[in-house]
Amino acid sequence: MTDTTRERQGSNLSQTPAVADVRLEDVVKRFDDSTAVDGISLEIPRGSFFALLGPSGCGKTTTLRMIGGFEEPTEGRIFLGDQDVVGRPPYKRDVNTVFQSYALFPHMSIEGNVAFGLERKRVPKDELKGRVAEILELVGLSGFAKRKPRQLSGGQQQRVALARALVNHPRVLLLDEPLGALDLKLRKQMQLELKRIQHEVGITFVHVTHDQEEAMTMADTIAVMSGGKIEQLGPPTELYERPATAFVAGFLGVSNLLPGTVEGADAIRLDEGTVVRAVLNGRSGQVAAGVRPEKISIGAGGGSNELPGTISETAYIGVATQVVVRTAAGTVQVFAQNMDAGGRIPAPGTNVVLSWAPESTFVVDRADSVMEEETE
Amino acid sequence: MGSFFHRHKGVTPYLLLAPGILWLAIFFLIPLAFLGYQSLQSGLFPDFQFTWEFSNFSNAIRDYHEQFARSFVYAGIATIACLVLAYPLVYWIAFRAGPWRNLFLLFIVAPFFVTYLVRTLAWLNILADEGPVVGVLRDLHVLGPDGRLLATTFAVVSGITYNFFPFMALPIYVSLEQIDPRLLEAAKDLYASSTQAFLRVTLPLSAPGIVAGTLLTFIPAAGDFINAALLGTPSQAMIGNVIQAKFLESLDYPSAASLSFLLMGSILVALLIYARIVGSERLTG
Repeated sequence: MTDTTRERQGSNLSQTPAVADVRLEDVVKRFDDSTAVDGISLEIPRGSFFALLGPSGCGKTTTLRMIGGFEEPTEGRIFLGDQDVVGRPPYKRDVNTVFQSYALFPHMSIEGNVAFGLERKRVPKDELKGRVAEILELVGLSGFAKRKPRQLSGGQQQRVALARALVNHPRVLLLDEPLGALDLKLRKQMQLELKRIQHEVGITFVHVTHDQEEAMTMADTIAVMSGGKIEQLGPPTELYERPATAFVAGFLGVSNLLPGTVEGADAIRLDEGTVVRAVLNGRSGQVAAGVRPEKISIGAGGGSNELPGTISETAYIGVATQVVVRTAAGTVQVFAQNMDAGGRIPAPGTNVVLSWAPESTFVVDRADSVMEEETE
Repeated sequence: MGSFFHRHKGVTPYLLLAPGILWLAIFFLIPLAFLGYQSLQSGLFPDFQFTWEFSNFSNAIRDYHEQFARSFVYAGIATIACLVLAYPLVYWIAFRAGPWRNLFLLFIVAPFFVTYLVRTLAWLNILADEGPVVGVLRDLHVLGPDGRLLATTFAVVSGITYNFFPFMALPIYVSLEQIDPRLLEAAKDLYASSTQAFLRVTLPLSAPGIVAGTLLTFIPAAGDFINAALLGTPSQAMIGNVIQAKFLESLDYPSAASLSFLLMGSILVALLIYARIVGSERLTG
């Protein structure tokens, strides 16, 4: 499989690896009464699994549709490899799309659906048959070639949609909320499956989703979008451990944001007076200190940052116990690992000290703490 | 009442079907059987006798095969004309008209608010020798100084096309309207140009509408007599005109009945051939 995927159609075979597969330069998309995408620039390196993550209406799908050629940008440039593709219709772009509702052709067999793109490109019959069989095997649907889409389950239809796009060996595969219609269990299974397939074929995947867990499971780079702009772009661990904005901190997982003011080189004085140490990254002035719930220990000794409070609620959720603690700096959520049965979480009403390490403390702007509440 | 239906659950569907079955029996099956009985009678009005008079059928074919053939040719041309005119129009309404869709559909159906006869009479005026259309065509030398539109084959076929147009347009509209626009995006994503996407996706998915529209247009058109009577001359007479004259003017019920049966039979044969060509799957849905 890897050999065939390296074989690309057209003239763009011999590129230096330095050229990104997809490059957006200051792309803006305005509709009649709104700006869906508000100046996006990004580069997606070859072979990567890239996710555009954000709530509905953040412009992620519009961005994907512009790469696919279904929408034209109002401003800016879009490159596939070294070619500017703005103004080129979808059928002249070396990308294929897995649509949200699959959009399988209901009047054609599975085989007919998968062969559609190859037929349009006039691939010789023998080669076509081989490639269709090969890709159906890859997605585990070898025995289904003659069936019609309506005879398949949702998960199987999803695989056909994937096969139909992948069989063309596109430069880039676009996935628009590909798992949105599947139930939770199947979705988890397909997440790993998609990742395996992407490793196997080595094609660049651009994946749009509103599900942060899905993005973190599959992608090696995530662009978090909000209001038509990219909030932060980076690998999942970086986005999670070092969110750059309150929006990202709130959208990826749960975080506690404690408002305060920078004091010195590595400390923040919280509004109620406590001083916590943090990785400031050169920030100053009014900020919010952030810490993830699972980084906090109940009781002293978890790290040098300490904050006293009173337990107001606890909820046992299996892998962890969720604890809500009222402190002078605000309400703080804590996930306490259930390391051993029985549990030693103090009862509500108990006064405790919360502690965490300075390295686990990130800093975001205080002003956009408001935004987080709007989107929640 | 409710408890009755509850206790006799198996009966309920039949009770609901009963009015329809009764309707079919009284207004279709019984008259049809009577027509069959009449088609084998002989004698003169009002004294017909049942004599297994099969020569009614052979005589009908011998005397009126020309009108039969003409009916099928006219109906066929009108059906094709309807298809060619309707498809682009409803395609545009389904995919391009946006919020105005229903208004345009109303325009297609609007002529139906006027009776069939009056609509055809309107065409009589439009195509009349003193009418505006003939005048303009004569001035443009499309028609000679004595050329006419009325009383020609053109007039009759146009009338049929006009009168049955909605029967073609509406089923095609319904099948086009159900097509998910994302399928067309998918086709274009898979390297199909607009023409290829139309031929490989839109057209096959609208085929059930085309088949339904063709049947709804062709079947009544083949039996039509109003258009030929008002817009044509005896040399444009269709089989419907013959049947109408036999029933109402010469009161020759047996030959009228046998002609009716022959018309039904030949339409059925035409249908079966059509079904063979387009595939029975599409006819039955």
